[in-house]
Amino acid sequence: MAALLTPELKRAIGKRSAPITELVTAREIRRYATATSQRQEKFLNGREAPPLFYARFLKEIPTLDRMIHDGRFMDDLLPPLPLKRTMAGGCETTYHRPIRAGDTLTGVFTIKDLYEKEGASGPLIFATVELAVTDAENRPVVTELTTRIFR
Amino acid sequence: MLRFEDIRVGLALPERAFTPTSAELFVYNAAIWNPHRIHYDLPYATQVEGYPAIVIDGPLQGDWLTQAVTDWIGEDARLVVFKYSNRRAAYLGDTVTSGGTVKASDKSSRRVTLELFIKNAKGEVIAPGEAVVEFPRD
Repeated sequence: MAALLTPELKRAIGKRSAPITELVTAREIRRYATATSQRQEKFLNGREAPPLFYARFLKEIPTLDRMIHDGRFMDDLLPPLPLKRTMAGGCETTYHRPIRAGDTLTGVFTIKDLYEKEGASGPLIFATVELAVTDAENRPVVTELTTRIFR
Repeated sequence: MLRFEDIRVGLALPERAFTPTSAELFVYNAAIWNPHRIHYDLPYATQVEGYPAIVIDGPLQGDWLTQAVTDWIGEDARLVVFKYSNRRAAYLGDTVTSGGTVKASDKSSRRVTLELFIKNAKGEVIAPGEAVVEFPRD
């Protein structure tokens, strides 16, 4: 099989996003908690963030001219890959401490790995991206590893 | 109150059914700032992307998996690790059910490993997950 991931594409491993720093407000937590039908009072009153609150909170908010035809925003961390269709991957999160209203969080995305495999119906590219969330004292809060599959 | 000493391998977590409406999906996607058209634009979802209907967000199902855990542990333990994947899609109008079972329990670390699922109406696991929770020492 011809390699889809050229040495140039493989050089993207290790690439990091610019850090994003945001203040967690009780209102922002309450919106997420309500939208996801949480039942725990600490989430509904905005005191503590539900476990997956962080995932979108630390994404940048791009301007509308960066929106593509499907409504999504272009992701400029991963290089343009030769396979375009995405498949469900997996996501693993380690929690170092809960996120609470009043926390100032910083998120950095890093490409941890890019590799290819021959699947049953053709080649697949796997991209593993880490999101490291730290607090104002630079202590770890949440670490997430997401694997996206392209076919 | 949930006590580490009472937890046995094989114990089932309470199940919960979800049938999100289009307005509920809208509120979720607004809350996470997600404008992907497959979650609200039916002609686009069916004619352009080839889905049979509006798609229920994968990460929303991930959140429902975490709630199977957070509703079970309440304030009695803390979530340490959570992982999941989306294996099959679910669509507007579907009812899906979250739940799980205790897979392992370790006395020395007071950690309990849970196997989690989102199932569709056919009983297929469409989003499997796993969580590790840690109980405080008495």
